Amino acid sequence: MLANLRQLFRYRGLIRTLVARELKARYRGSVLGYFWSFINPLLLLLVFSFVFTYVMPRGEEVDIDPYAVFLFCGLLPWTWFSSSLMDAANALIINGNLIKKIMFPAEILPLVSVISNMVHFLFGLPILIGFLIYNSVPLYPSELIWFPLVLVVQFVLTLGLAMVLSALTVHFRDIKDLLANLLTLWMFASPIIYPMAFLSERAKGLMDLNPFAHLAISYQEIFFYEGPFGHWKWLLALGVAGVALFVLGYWLFDRLRDSFAEEV
Amino acid sequence: MAAIEIDHVTKMYRRHGHSRRYATLKSALLTGSLAKDLRPEESFRALNDVSVTIRKGASYGVIGRNGSGKSTLLKLVAGITKPTTGAVRVDGRVSALIELGAGFHPEISGRENVFINGIMLGLSRREITRRFDEIVEFAEMEAFIDAPVKTYSSGMYMRLGFAVAINVDPDILLVDEVLAVGDEGFSLKCLDKFAEFKRRGKTILLVTHGLSMVERFCDEALWIEAGENRVVGDPKRVVQMYLSDVELAEDLLLATQDAKAQQTPVSAAPEPVVTEPVTPAPEPNDVPEQEPGRVSESETDAADDDAQPDNMFVAKEGRWGSGGVRIDQVTLEGDHGPAHVFHTGERMTIRMHVSAPVEVDDFAFGISIFSNDGVCCYGTNTHIEEMTSESLEGDATVSFVIDRLDLVGGTYKLDVAAHKRDGFSYDYHRLLYTFRVKSRTKDVGIYRPRHEWSFSDNVRFKPDTDDSAPTGSVSAPAVDPAPATTAPSPPAAEDAPTE
Repeated sequence: MLANLRQLFRYRGLIRTLVARELKARYRGSVLGYFWSFINPLLLLLVFSFVFTYVMPRGEEVDIDPYAVFLFCGLLPWTWFSSSLMDAANALIINGNLIKKIMFPAEILPLVSVISNMVHFLFGLPILIGFLIYNSVPLYPSELIWFPLVLVVQFVLTLGLAMVLSALTVHFRDIKDLLANLLTLWMFASPIIYPMAFLSERAKGLMDLNPFAHLAISYQEIFFYEGPFGHWKWLLALGVAGVALFVLGYWLFDRLRDSFAEEV
Repeated sequence: MAAIEIDHVTKMYRRHGHSRRYATLKSALLTGSLAKDLRPEESFRALNDVSVTIRKGASYGVIGRNGSGKSTLLKLVAGITKPTTGAVRVDGRVSALIELGAGFHPEISGRENVFINGIMLGLSRREITRRFDEIVEFAEMEAFIDAPVKTYSSGMYMRLGFAVAINVDPDILLVDEVLAVGDEGFSLKCLDKFAEFKRRGKTILLVTHGLSMVERFCDEALWIEAGENRVVGDPKRVVQMYLSDVELAEDLLLATQDAKAQQTPVSAAPEPVVTEPVTPAPEPNDVPEQEPGRVSESETDAADDDAQPDNMFVAKEGRWGSGGVRIDQVTLEGDHGPAHVFHTGERMTIRMHVSAPVEVDDFAFGISIFSNDGVCCYGTNTHIEEMTSESLEGDATVSFVIDRLDLVGGTYKLDVAAHKRDGFSYDYHRLLYTFRVKSRTKDVGIYRPRHEWSFSDNVRFKPDTDDSAPTGSVSAPAVDPAPATTAPSPPAAEDAPTE
């Protein structure tokens, strides 16, 4: 495992190049180019705001204002999370000719999926900040210092899942289709479009089992809600779980590694 | 000092039966067979206990039929797959010309792709920058390097991929049948590059169907057959052994095809006279016997007329005739017994086993040879040659001996017939037999007359060092029936094993 990580470090040049390739290729040929990284989350936000303000207005009891900002706090990291997993599930298959024809550590591929989606996430942050300032939501440095930690926890957790998914998808192609629906369900099961306060006590208990809920709450506490960052215990626990998942995922990936070149 | 050491390597691929192929996550979860499904159950041995040592600086050719395990061997050396048992030791930086332009992204420019591809192959960014111009120049892509790769032609794509891979400056170069890319000029450039590698003492492992290249270029050759190393050694010797083996296989294939060809048209074969149905003549070698009963069932007298073509010069397979004399079996024989593959200038015997249930006095035997595109190369019969028939009864043998089969290389078909002197058919076999003529000289046409070149003193040719150069007498090597002793002329061998 450690040797693997060291090797991964040696390949950082390749990782950087592949991430750049991914980013460049995604918007190549479109008129707006990189701006899509900003526009995409903005449009998503518009759609959700429209639906939950005019189509299905929220009840009085969950009145959060401004709703768009609240939504954005959860939606942006969710996009990173879900896109990473979708990309990672396909990564080994799409890049099959690399695995089959060139010798290089295959775990680079899910890693690149997670990193390139993280870059998109980071591109979206200025928009979030802009929104916060525009709606004069106060930002506290004492809360903002937690942000890098949330980022790291989400990264490790996503990467662990990405490893498992990418390795298993090689053997079970059904995962791709299953995953798309599962992610939709997961999104609605997380406090992204609604706040935790909306839930009954029992539902809150269940929500504690949802790892993404803790991430969403953390982002919301940091950027949206006032008052000190109270969710750090959960965040640290999630970090530990994330590392464990990553180790497990990497182990599984390593076990199946030799089969990739033959199965892809 | 060995650059590559392949030590008793066996590589198993798992082969999926139907049950496994349709196994999905669902069934894996339901039956709890997840762990089992991830383990191979049915396997296929791509390589079986192969051991090869390739010393530093050697150029090593690997030949063999499709699916014999050549590419698997290369992948093992490249480290892309791991051996199931045994070990592969490689000493030095490896560059594999296996998939050219692997990792090229269609949407981004050739320039950026060169960097990405180079980094994947193990170059650093700085190294690529330094060699960039050289790469582009080699690929002849100066004008298009900034266009997205998706706009490239497949030749451009391959050239660029090749240029990057060759510029990795490896100690060991693995080449898998990549010279097929690019035009003549580019192929020559690639060969030059290989030669340069060789001069600089790099190790080259070459997998190819271009046998002439192995003969010319390699120091040693390995012939893999069904995952086992068959012969290792001097390239010329290995290639010759391989070629004669390929001919043997071709022979078998033609024999089977013959048998099939005869089975189909024979349904129209006539059999009014004899009680026993005509059996399509089986080839002697090892062709399974056809069911004799099939023949007579469907036949009527009308079938005769259908089978006989209006125009005898239309090349259409078939068999017809009254059956007064039957050709039961036809064999082609070379110097060493039955054969389907002959060399130009060899002796060929067409042997017909005929039978006449009732004595006949009016009969003639004929043969004609057709080229594959239906041109009659030669035809004759005993009547034309003014032999007057007297009597034939019971089983008999008719042999037609061609002392020198002076046909150019190609596939030929054969008519054999027994008929009355006026042409009424007893048993006519139309294009039912196939044989192939091999020649290492690439002459054209149909017929190769025995010939010799002679020149006045002021016409000079280079001495015959590179076997392919024109020589004083072309006919001399061509006469020799055994290819193993023939001076090889490389280009002719090129397409031999692709059949």
